[in-house]
Amino acid sequence: MTQTSTLARGGADTSAPSRRSRKRARGSGLSPKSVPYVLLLPGFLVIAVLLLYPMYQMVEMSFHKVGLRQIKAVNPAPAEFVGLDNYESVLGSPLFWSSLRNTVVFALVTVALTLVLGTLVGVLLNKLGRKMSTFVVVGIMAAWATPPTAQAIVWKWLFDSDAGVVNWMLNLLPDWLSQLLFGRSDWSGQPWFNDTSTLYFVLIVAVVWASFPFIAVSVLAGLKSIPSELYEAAKMDGSSALSTFRRITFPLLKPVFSVLVVLSIIWDFKVFTQLYLLAGGTTNRDAFNLSLWSYAEAFGGSAPKLGLGAAIAVVLTVILLLITLVYVRQIVKTEDDIR
Amino acid sequence: MNPLARRRIGRIALNAAGVAVFLFAVFPVYWMVATAFKPNDQIFTTSFIPFPSPASMDHVQRVFTKGVGELPIWQYLLNSAVVALSAVVLGAVFALLAATAVARFRFRFRTSFLILLLIVQMVPAEALLIPLFTMVKRIGLYDQLLGLIVINVGLTLPFSVWMLRTFVAAVPKELEEASWIDGAGRFTTFWRVLFPLVAPGLVATSIFAFITTWNEFVFALTLINDQGKYTMPVALKFFVGQRSTDWGGIMAASTLMTIPVLVFFLLVQRRMVSGLVAGAVKG
Repeated sequence: MTQTSTLARGGADTSAPSRRSRKRARGSGLSPKSVPYVLLLPGFLVIAVLLLYPMYQMVEMSFHKVGLRQIKAVNPAPAEFVGLDNYESVLGSPLFWSSLRNTVVFALVTVALTLVLGTLVGVLLNKLGRKMSTFVVVGIMAAWATPPTAQAIVWKWLFDSDAGVVNWMLNLLPDWLSQLLFGRSDWSGQPWFNDTSTLYFVLIVAVVWASFPFIAVSVLAGLKSIPSELYEAAKMDGSSALSTFRRITFPLLKPVFSVLVVLSIIWDFKVFTQLYLLAGGTTNRDAFNLSLWSYAEAFGGSAPKLGLGAAIAVVLTVILLLITLVYVRQIVKTEDDIR
Repeated sequence: MNPLARRRIGRIALNAAGVAVFLFAVFPVYWMVATAFKPNDQIFTTSFIPFPSPASMDHVQRVFTKGVGELPIWQYLLNSAVVALSAVVLGAVFALLAATAVARFRFRFRTSFLILLLIVQMVPAEALLIPLFTMVKRIGLYDQLLGLIVINVGLTLPFSVWMLRTFVAAVPKELEEASWIDGAGRFTTFWRVLFPLVAPGLVATSIFAFITTWNEFVFALTLINDQGKYTMPVALKFFVGQRSTDWGGIMAASTLMTIPVLVFFLLVQRRMVSGLVAGAVKG
């Protein structure tokens, strides 16, 4: 560094140098130690008020009976403390087991399918030529960019019983093949949304379709960061494609995969918008997952049970945190600047 | 089979797989747009009509002139835009300050704050809907766009800070030091040196927050009661009747809602990925 004078360059718009030099040691009158805290304060306040306090409130509400009279804008009634009653109702409800099953099975299947399909497409993108890979990336961006509400609406239309493209395609299959695979050959008018299992099938297709692009593009970015020398060396040693993937690609991409697994679990565990729209609101109780059940108890009926809804939300959050906290440690380990 | 022929077949197979992935991804989006431009007799049919023939502007015109619910569609688009833009501008200021703090300084609660950012992202927003609903009611922001704006700032902020800190960290410290030596104050340095260099990352982060807010459905559904304040995703329900759905109209409106998101996506997809899996991918 060359010594530059304290006279600011282009000095016309700065204050007198003498005042500058005195100020420089102290920035804008803050002690250097307090600067990061001042910078952090607004953001931290937002998070505290809008996320941390509601988390506490959620737990607090789950021990109370909260209904219409307690949430009036004008002199609301105090909420009655009911201890573990809400939790007893939740765990004792037949809806609990069906909602839990729907939540867990849907998440497991969807996360697995999304990751497998996304990884395969990522590897494919890495192998394709420049033009072709750009072409495919632009295509999968279209699926990724579609808003969740539009996703649900489009898939509902594709699976429409009379005018849906899916039933039309299934009817194209040769009858013997369709019989062999599905035990039926005529798909005209086949309803997909009356049955919980077929409704969830459509939901899985819609969510996998919308979320595999992100996995693919992330895997592609990871693959591009692996030095090509490693692959050349593997080739020289006569390693097969499969063992190259197992010995080089997978270990190096492990941190990427762990982040992708966590994000996918978080997204798929609490899926709401698409389910709400495909199931047509809160009338079909068999189709509830924990998110939708919590919403239905709190906002779905004429007598809102906010305490009960909060208890369901607590159960969902606890399950999710138990699964993901293992991975938070992983992320903390891989991020070299969290120390 | 000689190796050259085998390689050529491999190439063809790869490209065919690429085309198949492209079609699977694009077809539903294409179908949404195509349905918007089909006359009703081509929509409600059991046969497959790949292109609108002839294309009809009926649904698009109806959505724009007759309105949706009781209001013109512009009102819902405007509500969505107001909420998303306000939330993004507010969020960007908070996020930039916080990201600068964690990327540029070492201080006592830095690690705890970063871990806090991670953990709050693990908690499903849907679970916070009930307490936030009562909070918004209590402070009189129920049925106000302002309430929705505030909530969306909270929902997008942790991720924005997380993403933005990598962009701040990527700006070489020496540049700021040089500016210090030139006698610029802390604020001037930030504004003249750091800010312009972080700007592209800030744009990417803001666009991500914009998309999240633009698409947000659950809170908009729960915190707004007045039709005149509906955002676009909620306004789509006007097309769904008791017995039938106006498929042409809902596809036209959905297409309209998707266009800005798609444009933004293509602009920032590369940066977004590096921000999302920051650290895990050294991209």
